[in-house]
Amino acid sequence: MGYKIVKKAELIPGQTTMMVIEAPQVAKKAKPGNFVMLRVSETGERIPLTIADCDREAGTVTIVYLVVGKTTAEMNTLKEGGEFLDVCGPLGRPTHIEKSGTVVCVGGGTGIAAMHHIAKGHVEAGNRVIAIVGARSKNLLLFCSELSSFCPELRIATDDGSEGHKGFVTEVLQEILETEDEIAEVVAIGPVPMMEAVCRVTLPFKVKTTVSLNSIMVDGIGMCGACRCTVGGKTLFACVDGPEFDGHKVDFAELRTRLWQFREQEEESMEKFSQECQCHGR
Amino acid sequence: MADKKSKKVRGRTPMPHQEAAERAHNFGEVALGYSREQALIEAERCLQCKKPLCREGCPVNIDIKGFIGALVDDDLHGAYDIIRKTNSLPAVCGRVCPQENQCEGMCVLGKKHEPVAIGRLERYVADAFMAESACEEVTDLDTCALTRADRKVACIGSGPASLTVAGYLAGRGLKVDVYEALHEPGGVLIYGIPEFRLPKTVVAREIDGLKKLGVTFHTNWVGGRTITIQDLFEQGYDAVFVGVGAGLPRFLGVPGENLVGVFSANEYLTRVNLGRAYDFPNHDTPAYRGRHVVVLGAGNVAMDAARTALRMDAKSVTIVYRRTEEEMPARKEEITHAVEEGVRLSCLCGPVLFHGDNQGRLKAMTVQKMRLGEPDDSGRCAPVCIEGETEQLKCDMAIIAVGTRPNPILLEATPELELTRWGYIAADPETCETSIPNVFAGGDIVTGAATVISAMGAGRRAAAEIAKRLL
Ligand SMILES: Cc1cc2nc3c(=O)[nH]c(=O)nc-3n(C[C@H](O)[C@H](O)[C@H](O)COP(=O)(O)OP(=O)(O)OC[C@H]3O[C@@H](n4cnc5c(N)ncnc54)[C@H](O)[C@@H]3O)c2cc1C
Ligand SMILES: Cc1cc2nc3c(=O)[nH]c(=O)nc-3n(C[C@H](O)[C@H](O)[C@H](O)COP(=O)(O)OP(=O)(O)OC[C@H]3O[C@@H](n4cnc5c(N)ncnc54)[C@H](O)[C@@H]3O)c2cc1C
Ligand code: SF4
Ligand code: SF4
Ligand code: FES
Repeated sequence: MGYKIVKKAELIPGQTTMMVIEAPQVAKKAKPGNFVMLRVSETGERIPLTIADCDREAGTVTIVYLVVGKTTAEMNTLKEGGEFLDVCGPLGRPTHIEKSGTVVCVGGGTGIAAMHHIAKGHVEAGNRVIAIVGARSKNLLLFCSELSSFCPELRIATDDGSEGHKGFVTEVLQEILETEDEIAEVVAIGPVPMMEAVCRVTLPFKVKTTVSLNSIMVDGIGMCGACRCTVGGKTLFACVDGPEFDGHKVDFAELRTRLWQFREQEEESMEKFSQECQCHGR
Repeated sequence: MADKKSKKVRGRTPMPHQEAAERAHNFGEVALGYSREQALIEAERCLQCKKPLCREGCPVNIDIKGFIGALVDDDLHGAYDIIRKTNSLPAVCGRVCPQENQCEGMCVLGKKHEPVAIGRLERYVADAFMAESACEEVTDLDTCALTRADRKVACIGSGPASLTVAGYLAGRGLKVDVYEALHEPGGVLIYGIPEFRLPKTVVAREIDGLKKLGVTFHTNWVGGRTITIQDLFEQGYDAVFVGVGAGLPRFLGVPGENLVGVFSANEYLTRVNLGRAYDFPNHDTPAYRGRHVVVLGAGNVAMDAARTALRMDAKSVTIVYRRTEEEMPARKEEITHAVEEGVRLSCLCGPVLFHGDNQGRLKAMTVQKMRLGEPDDSGRCAPVCIEGETEQLKCDMAIIAVGTRPNPILLEATPELELTRWGYIAADPETCETSIPNVFAGGDIVTGAATVISAMGAGRRAAAEIAKRLL
């Protein structure tokens, strides 16, 4: 009855993993910017993950996740051929994609995977896409070959300079904004500090900036209000009103605070999981 | 049967309960249910009226006099069959119906004495029947399953409204498929109403009964996303029932509302019930365990949140409400139970501000003192601020239970669906049909947050109309 994992690849061992999951009804409808809620087991938590790619014919969706806590660590113990108990989606409003000219897509860390799906959508819509991806170091970069397969203008930034520009994606972005004439939109997906920094850079250029918020979610279908965030002074729900919002209006400080609401329990959960993991010799 | 006179003076048979002091710390069911003897004693109080008013008070029109009569004759199966004819979830309704405003509110005995405890008897019949006959019997209703398997009906959402449609139509031989967005069917009965009031096993049993009738449940299917109404018709369904319930929780619009420690009741209850957070870390979903908890609102949802917080080890739980206990919309029994367990009622107070510490965590709230003014549109006295009189309450957790708005997912995906001016689905009051032919809707998505039994009443009306067209 479950949702089969047809492919699993540890992109960065112990840190970032890609999975291709059989979920034909989700694949059929998935659009860039959508996410799924999934659950590993009967006692598991529902967590949201972006649909990084989908294959309608094969009936699969791709997820790429960073191991940060109990659920993602447990997901890493699942094997190819194994199953998720629940996969629900596609959820969230899809990215607004129309022919608009030049779009800069910025991705950081695991966000590169989600950004790649959106960049692909913009290319398909006939837009010129400039992709900027960033990571601490060359070996932590994701999805570069996939991106360059459809997006000739790929710019890379690494903190240590091991590949591309030495420094942050925002520096590359700043340069592009200064040299290019017409930028229709900047899309930024990645860690909260990165998205916040991108918004600071684009603000003086008055360029429309879209960010994807990863607030904590419970149901993902607009029933609980856990994912609420303040955008333009209004309370909006990331799972039904988003997850993409106008970055210049997002209250990032509030988002950051709300993301650690359950830190103590998350640590407790992880602690318990690591201990069990050892004694069962998993 | 005892003679009429002695019946009239005898009061209601009390319901056995777990002691308040004990139950406030566990999730076991609060009301324990009648024994056979207690049920018979209570059943004998019924006057078997010629014109039973009680039945008019029941939104699904149960033959109350009939089932109580069967009970008096010690015919449990007969009593169950009578109830099941019009109610597919008797064990649930017996527990959560606001009987004081419905069947029991109309019972003639209630005019001078206490009404017959109809809800408790209904619960007894459902529980005793299930205990005795397990679920097999459910399939032996006077109809056989799937006589018209060529006619298919889809329900979107699996709350009481959809479950009623499914039970009614499957019992008449139609194929019913239920599409539910969450991973467990049951709607609010599963994610909202807590274990101590409605054990999950009771709901699961009712759902199993429907499965035995041939109803298929598809979980993780989001109407409007995974599947649209259009898709359903293309897949050969002859009718679609929309029972997606109320959605987005309302917030107060008070500063500090997004501080860490402030939750909607839906979030809190969903974490605890659907996510089984009371059993954290054995279940992964966490819930906040506040020490000093404030609950805003005074309906069933607020009572459930308050009583759940007590069971999640809160030292104090205070319900803050703008009006007085008289006006509280919750079932009387829930208010009584909450107070017995130690929940404080702070009436005539309205929230004005949540205070946070320097890490963004809730530490206190300011409330405004109120008094009752003239009656407003709802007929209740409107609360009026008493200028300058405020109070600070120390709290590390606040739960907001002030109602919901329509869930937008299905509605946005189906722009042809006409809405009321409040944004709920517009449906014909008699047939429940919407602006799209053969698409029916009922329950909270039509009425706004209401009751289990009114959702079921709508489900019955829709199902009757669907049956008329398809059979
Ligand atoms: C729309 C959306 C799309 C997302 N897409 C991706 C993705 O493609 N790849 C990816 O690696 N991560 C993604 N996330 C974040 C991902 O959901 C969390 O990393 C995951 O829930 C952590 O679970 P955990 O049990 O492993 O860690 P936990 O121990 O639960 O938490 C560790 C950290 O994760 C965050 N977190 C915890 N629970 C949730 C939750 N229910 N929702 C969101 N964040 C939470 C917390 O802030 C915490 O700091 C997305 C989040 C959202 C809202
Ligand atoms: C905490 C709480 C306590 C309550 N206590 C009582 C009480 O004591 N007595 C009483 O009579 N009433 C009570 N109520 C109210 C009662 O539960 C509701 O009125 C009733 O459940 C409404 O039934 P429904 O079938 O319309 O929808 P719901 O029970 O809300 O079920 C709707 C279902 O549809 C699903 N859904 C939503 N959107 C979609 C979609 N797009 N696709 C597929 N599925 C979807 C939801 O996940 C849910 O499972 C309470 C409510 C709450 C929240
Ligand atoms: S279903 Fe509710 S209203 Fe009807 S008889 Fe039973 S308890 Fe009363
Ligand atoms: S109105 Fe009361 S006394 Fe009369 S039949 Fe109904 S339950 Fe019995
Ligand atoms: S996650 Fe529950 S409303 Fe968005």
